Amino acid sequence: MTAATKSQSSAVKRDTIEPAQTPRKLSVSHLNFFYGAHQTLFDISLDIEANRITALIGPSGCGKSTFLRVLNRMNETVKGSRAEGSVLLDQENIFDLNVTLLRRRVGMVFQKANPFPKSIFNNVAYGLRINGLCSRAELPDAVENSLRRAALWDEVKDQLRKSAHALSGGQQQRLCIARALAVNPEVLLLDEPSSALDPIATSKIEELLFELKKSCTIIIVTHNMQQAARISDRTGFFLLGHLVEINDTAAMFRNPTRKETEDYITGRFG
Amino acid sequence: MNRLARREMMGAVMFGLTGLCTLVTISSLFFVLGYLVWHGIGSINLDFFTQLPKPPGEVGGGMANAIAGSAEIIFLATLIGLPVGLLAGVYLSEYGGQKFSFVVRYATDLLNGVPSIVVGIFAYALVVVSLGHFSILAGAVALSVIFIPIAVTTTEQFLRDVPDSFREAALALGAPKWKAIATTVVPAAFSALATGMLLAVARIAGETAPLLFTSFSNQFWNLSPNQPAASLPVMIFTYAISPYRDWHRQAWAAGLVLLALVLFINVSARLLLPRRVFR
Amino acid sequence: MNRSQPASLTLERPAAKVRALVSGDRLAYLITFLFAAGVLLLTALVLYELISASSLSRNKFGWSFAFTQVWNPVTGEFGALPFIYGTVVSSLVALIIAAPLGLGCAIFLSELAPPRVSGALTFVVELLAAVPSVIYGLLALFVIVPLLRDPVEPWLTAWFGFLPIFQGPAFGVGFLAAGLVLAIMIVPFVTSVSREALLAVPRDQKEAALAVGATGWETTWTVVLPYARPGIAGSIFLALARGLAETMAVTMVIGNDPKIASSLFAPGYSIAAVIANEFTEAITNLHISALIELGLVLFLITAVINGLGRLLMLAIGRTASVRV
Repeated sequence: MTAATKSQSSAVKRDTIEPAQTPRKLSVSHLNFFYGAHQTLFDISLDIEANRITALIGPSGCGKSTFLRVLNRMNETVKGSRAEGSVLLDQENIFDLNVTLLRRRVGMVFQKANPFPKSIFNNVAYGLRINGLCSRAELPDAVENSLRRAALWDEVKDQLRKSAHALSGGQQQRLCIARALAVNPEVLLLDEPSSALDPIATSKIEELLFELKKSCTIIIVTHNMQQAARISDRTGFFLLGHLVEINDTAAMFRNPTRKETEDYITGRFG
Repeated sequence: MNRLARREMMGAVMFGLTGLCTLVTISSLFFVLGYLVWHGIGSINLDFFTQLPKPPGEVGGGMANAIAGSAEIIFLATLIGLPVGLLAGVYLSEYGGQKFSFVVRYATDLLNGVPSIVVGIFAYALVVVSLGHFSILAGAVALSVIFIPIAVTTTEQFLRDVPDSFREAALALGAPKWKAIATTVVPAAFSALATGMLLAVARIAGETAPLLFTSFSNQFWNLSPNQPAASLPVMIFTYAISPYRDWHRQAWAAGLVLLALVLFINVSARLLLPRRVFR
Repeated sequence: MNRSQPASLTLERPAAKVRALVSGDRLAYLITFLFAAGVLLLTALVLYELISASSLSRNKFGWSFAFTQVWNPVTGEFGALPFIYGTVVSSLVALIIAAPLGLGCAIFLSELAPPRVSGALTFVVELLAAVPSVIYGLLALFVIVPLLRDPVEPWLTAWFGFLPIFQGPAFGVGFLAAGLVLAIMIVPFVTSVSREALLAVPRDQKEAALAVGATGWETTWTVVLPYARPGIAGSIFLALARGLAETMAVTMVIGNDPKIASSLFAPGYSIAAVIANEFTEAITNLHISALIELGLVLFLITAVINGLGRLLMLAIGRTASVRV
């Protein structure tokens, strides 16, 4: 793919810069998305590398969350939504896969922590039980494993039977991460996971994401550019439903190819 | 993926089961309506609306006095209940002090929960015993006791729905509080209030138990509030449990008329008047 | 406010104008306050009348009224037990049928059906609640009772006759008939309140379940229903209260026999039914007083159950709503 020129017409076009040769976990090709007659995503194409953290940034309403939700077909919970184009997970089109199985492979953590009003143990065990992924005897170990991966085990190991709502905001969000991890997803989608959290809770989550990427492919939507710069390997910039630019994070922030990207990064608009 | 197939099949089965529950519930309404039409439509004729009832055992006659009696009882009950409920509701929504309002609301709720037969007992003790005889007035009092809590709750609910900005706009222009309420809040909630009141009227129109020993019954014409009168629901009850074939026939007709009236008010009130407060 | 008053008046007597404004408001406050107080007084009056009119019977029988089986107007012995029994049994039968039926309906309408279909169907269900009780009684008397007499009750005896509740002659009228008609009458209450409770479950709870690979039904069963449990329980209490208080339909099909029987086929009596039937024919003051005491008992029972129901409904943020 050619590198784009700096001078642009008013139309928002997208550019990508070919990633280094790591395997592509997700391949999105010419994705268009509609709510009824209203189009919200325009011709999105990008590749997500395995075992990397890819951040998606952009101003409010630019479509990054919508895009994220296409990846595990959560948009289908809204009637009248329609996706065109192809999204390949390990070369399989996600629209052809069974949606229940897809969501086991592609997990999601939401903006506001949403633990079930059940015990901490039962929250994490939920996905395991419902999918029949392990026997009853194996559950405690599986739950412990997930809580460790979410960096929450030490804080809750003595209170697994307590209600999830007794935890702090940051702990609840890590619990939701543990819940998502319990079913061993290959990809983890995070939609502004720390936007409601204080800096300490945020940094705890960022640390665990760093560890997680060794076993998981991570895509994180964030409003916080500094967060993207801190933790991600690659960053994509969305604007008005278009993917404007996607590049290695360091390159993107130091040397954005597109003017819109540069304007956003330098804070000329938000 | 046998397990997955089982899980998805479970979902389909439950869709079917819950859909069946819905079907059974919905169809019972249509069954009631249909059966009434089938059995009652033949007896809906001019006689039914214009004739007085014949003595037991005789064929023929109508329910003209019951229709008139019901109309008068309902009218009087609404006349008593609507202003009381409306104004009390205005108090709760616009003026209420914390503790007093809580007590009034609790009392309203309690009143709402009084079984209708017990309301009849109350009206009997209050009016029939004092006057010494059954009367339309006693029936109206009984029905108004049912009407009032509905009116209070409806009024408070819908007036509260009107945003404060309405009130503030009027007050800022110098209107006294009562005028602000009367000219901005009440009109804004008008269609919702009308719907609620109409539904309350439909509710008392169908009530039988409170009338059994208040307005009682009457073979003849009576429009005087001081005397007992026949009413449609009581006639249906009396005729239905009687051993006379012809009375059964008339009970179906009366049932059809009553149901048609009640459903008509319900459907038109809910469809024509939007329940949402105008914003 | 524009008033076409001579300028002199408004200029000279601003104090009077203010007084007029204030008194208008004062008057409005007083009037509405009085009516609100009136409602409070009315409720107190209802209680007072019930208590005082039943005093003859209460003083005579005391607490044993609730436990005495005999109801004999001729000898002046009155006991509430057969009526409490009949009221409770018929309502329980109704609840056993109506609770799952109504809940299934609510689940379908809130979770599974497409939105426009759901709206129309909910409307129809709410119309069911508006049908007058005497109409249900009419249908119960001429449709349900004959059907029960033959073939339903004999069939039940043939297959389940080993259970005491399905033994005995098939009259048609009785606890079963009353329970069935009550079931149809209280289903809309279970449905509409449960439906609201289910709709009140936050979206992100459902999404959290879907996101770990739960199917739609699994989400409903394991996340939505447990979350909505208080509201659903509330709906059942409210429906129960409604069933206990129901008069006309029950009077027409319960059989009017003040006996306690173990079979559902047996005729029985409910509190509301005996009041409806005997009130106008009661001759002695004691008889009337006993009937009124029954009314008081019924009121107390339904008030408690209603109260519990409302408490549970606070959980779904539903304020005291208009009883449909």
